[in-house]
Parts: sequence; structure tokens; C-alpha cells
Amino acid sequence: MSSLAMSASDTFVLAKRNLARIPRQPDLLIAYTVQPVMFVLLFVFVFGGAIQTPGFEYVDFLMPGIIVQSIAFGGFVTALGLAEDVKKGLIDRFRSLPMSRGAVLLGRTFSDVALNCLSLVVLFAVGFAAGFNFIDASVVDVVAGIVLCLFLGYAFSWIFALVGLYSSSPETANAIGFTLIFPLTFASSVFVPVESMPDGLRQFAEANPFTTISDAVRSLWLGTPAHTDVWMAFVWCFALTAIFAPLAVARYRTVAAK
Amino acid sequence: MDQDAIVVEGLEKSYGSVKALCGVDFSARTGTVLGLLGPNGAGKTTAVRILATLLQPDGGSARVVGLDVVKEAAALRAKIGLAGQYAAVDENLTGFENLEMVGRLYHLKRQEARTRANELLERFDLVEAAKRPAKTYSGGMRRRLDLAAALVFRPPVLYLDEPTTGLDPVSRLSMWETIEARTAAGTTVLLTTQYLDEADRLADHIVVIDHGTVIAEGTSDELKDSVGGERIEVRLEDDSEADQAIAALAEMADERPTFEDHLVRVPVRSRRGAIAAAVRRLDDVDVGIDDISIRRPTLDDVFIALTGHAAEEEPAAAQPTEEIAA
Repeated sequence: MSSLAMSASDTFVLAKRNLARIPRQPDLLIAYTVQPVMFVLLFVFVFGGAIQTPGFEYVDFLMPGIIVQSIAFGGFVTALGLAEDVKKGLIDRFRSLPMSRGAVLLGRTFSDVALNCLSLVVLFAVGFAAGFNFIDASVVDVVAGIVLCLFLGYAFSWIFALVGLYSSSPETANAIGFTLIFPLTFASSVFVPVESMPDGLRQFAEANPFTTISDAVRSLWLGTPAHTDVWMAFVWCFALTAIFAPLAVARYRTVAAK
Repeated sequence: MDQDAIVVEGLEKSYGSVKALCGVDFSARTGTVLGLLGPNGAGKTTAVRILATLLQPDGGSARVVGLDVVKEAAALRAKIGLAGQYAAVDENLTGFENLEMVGRLYHLKRQEARTRANELLERFDLVEAAKRPAKTYSGGMRRRLDLAAALVFRPPVLYLDEPTTGLDPVSRLSMWETIEARTAAGTTVLLTTQYLDEADRLADHIVVIDHGTVIAEGTSDELKDSVGGERIEVRLEDDSEADQAIAALAEMADERPTFEDHLVRVPVRSRRGAIAAAVRRLDDVDVGIDDISIRRPTLDDVFIALTGHAAEEEPAAAQPTEEIAA
């Protein structure tokens, strides 16, 4: 078998493994389905009335942002899964097998994409039910927005892979994800327009890639002025992947069971 | 093949300022079981991790089936199986799925991987549990599944890192029987353990390591002989008769018998007829016997003798602290 075919086969076997566990871990299934639904309902009906989004219904403003946030965090299961694999010694087993060095992480990040597709279906369903509509969006715009969200999710899978490989347990991975990365999504245009933020925070939010990407998805789905946001959004996703994928693979090669 | 399957020379590894291995040498002949014996933290697991290509040594060399563990790591991985105290199985997959996955990762064809998984489930007595997720397995079943996973590709060399640590006595015994069946099939096994009875039962050759150095090696018998031969132990009905007993038994003894902890100990050259002779002699002088037995030194005696010796070298034990200070 050529090394490329070997790599592809290993990745496929491991992606299958990651997906097989989902129906057996109801808590994970809930994370992918019920949690995004709760978020949409809470923001639309609890905060929605209090948040001013000039020119838009709040649900139209919110949905692109909340989809960006949910999909970015879709890869969080990779952090939890890898931390557990390291702790349980499974990574040792994989590393002692004559398999491709990148396959464990590629398998993880690819299965995340599949799970994110599931999340997208749920999010769109609840979004439409709550009153969301595409505005001035062609089929190409809608698809481009979806591709951008999935690309962002893929980039974040690598960030979470690195978090998982540096965590001594799933609990640590959880703490890192929710104290360092989760707040980042709030200091952006994901839930509210950045114009409403005080100086300092506003500049931070404007530089935040979550703002760039949320605004890019809005420009595709709501017909807001595009500026350079869409291109910048793809550049961000590409850059995050290009930085974090090699870091995660390097860490994988030396990581040891605790 | 008459060469050694595992050859380790001057192996060194440090974690920061802590030296886990300070120049370890050992080898294992093809088709034999090498027992790596030592207390927790002696460096056993570090040695196994290096031999399994998981960790790079700082110095020295190691070759397994003729392949260098650093330079030829990729080729070596197809020749080794690794199982141990972690029982590295995916708890959300069934027993069958775990073995099938490992088979596929060894690049067996799908059908081959399935056939092999079923074979192993049968051999390891896991057929009934084959369709259940591994998280429902008992500790013993997980270890068996883990061992089965290590054997999927029929590796000529098998590393067992503390395979029975934490198991109940029944599971331990069944694990031993499973390992014995493997070694009978000609696999070279490197076994690490902190249980002396385990090394005694399974290993052809034993290397004792402590503080990252080899402190003794040999067969189980050689190690036991090194701390002395067999002895008769007599518990008297009345301890005040100890002197009489020692006098009566001195003639048959190799060295002068001793009396300690309510036991008269009589070193003897041969166990043949020794108990009958001792009973006769004590009966002749009217000394009552409560209990009498003959025993060989166990590996426990060896270990206490060896580590007791090591403990006298206090400066060596204090070394890591000094290094941190430096």
C-alpha cells in the first residue's frame, strides 16, 4: 500500500471509530443537538427584545453568529476525546502501531466536520422555526456561508486537538476550552453589534476573528456590505489551520500517557 | 533464529533532572520471557516505552529483532505488540470493534481483520462479550482484550507492562495462563512486573532494576541461590527448648542453626529426607514440634536482600535532590 493510501485508510478507520461512539454517548449527542437549540431559543426570546440590531430582526442578526459559534465549538469533542485517549493509554497503542502519524488527528478533525454538518441541520431547523430568513442571498451565497462555517469548525478542531493533547484529563480540556476560548466568542459580533461596546472592548472585538467571520457570514446570508470580510474570513480559517495543525501533530508525536 | 530478539546496551533516559535509566544493559533470547523486575519508579516502564518506540532514549542503544528502536522505528512497529496496565482499549467500542479497528490499523484487509478479531475473541474467552461496549467489561476482561489487541498482527515480540497490576487473584491467574499459552507459541516476551511470584512463574530470565540500574540478573533459581540454599524451619511447642533443638539439629545443618521469631532455622544442603531426619533427631531428645517445613528462598527474599543492600547506599538515593539543587 502506498503511504498516501495507508494514511487515507488509517484516517477513515479512526474517523469511523469517533463517529461510532456518538450514539453510545447520549451526552455527546445532546451537545450536538439540544445545546445549540437552547442557545438559539435563549438569545432570541430572552435577550432578543433587549438587544438593538438596527436594520435587522434580532433573529436574523443572531443566526449567522450563533451558527459560527456553535460550529467553532463543534471541535470541542476532539479536545475531550484526545485528552481521554491520552489518559487511557490509547494514544500509546496508536503510536506503537505501524500506522500513519497524522491519522489519529486527521480522523478526529474529519469526524468533527461530519458532526458539524449534523449541528448545522439542527441549527437551521430551529432558526427557521424561530423566524430566521435569508435576505438577498443567492444559492451560491448560502453555500459559501456554510462552507465558511465548516472551514472555521475545521480550523478550530485543530486548536482543540492541541488543547486535548496538552490536557492531563478531559476535565482540564474542558476548563481550558470554557475559560480561554469560549469568552472570546462573546467579545465579538457573534451576539451583538460591536458598535454597542465600550471603547477598548470594541477595538478588541473588531480585531477578533469571530467578528470577521460572523460579519462575513452575515454579508453572505443577509446582504450586508461585504467589504473584505469574506476573503479575510477564509484567510483567518486557513491561517488558524496552518498554524495549529502542525503544532498538534508535533505534540502528538511526543505525547505520553500520564 | 539463534540471535537475541531484544538487545539493550547502556540505555539512558532522564526526565528533567530525574534519571529514569542510568545505563541499563539486558537482552532476551528469541522465544523466551524476560522479566524486568523492580519497585514502582525503578525505570521499567521507561524501558518498555523506549523499546515500543514511544520514547527516545538520551543515550545507549536498543535493537529489537535486529531493528534499531530509533532509526528503524517505523519498520519495528510492525514487529511488536504492546499491552499493559493501562488496558488501552476504546471503552465506547465493543470488543469486536476494538480488535477489528486495530487489525485495520495494521492494514489487514477488512475481511481479514474481522476473521482475526473473531479468532482472538474466541481464544481470549470474550465471545459472549464481543458485542458489548468495553466499558461494561470487568478489569480482567479489559486486560484480556488489551492483550488480544496486542496480538492481532502476530508480533514476534510482545511487551507486557505490568499486565496484572490491579487485578483480583482469579483474573491474575487466568492472565498468567493466557500469557503462558502465548510464550509456548514461541513469542519473545518482555514482561515488567513488581510481583515476584509473577516473574517467578512466567520469566525464563530475570533482570532486577532499581533506581534506573540493573542490580541483579539471572534465572529465578540463580537469583534464589545467590541469597542461600534451602532451610528447614521448625516451630517448637516450647521455645525454652530452643537450645536443645539447635544442638540436636547442628549435625545435619550446613551452617549453625539459628533461633529467631519463634522459629529454629536450619540451613541444609539437600532437601532429600531432611524433614524426616529433623523430626527423628528432635524426637530423640524429646523436643516437641508444633510445625515443621522446608522452604527455598523466594524471590521476595532475593528482593529484600538486593534492595536492602541498595538502601545502605544513602548518597545514591539522595542524588536526585542534589541534582535539582545544582
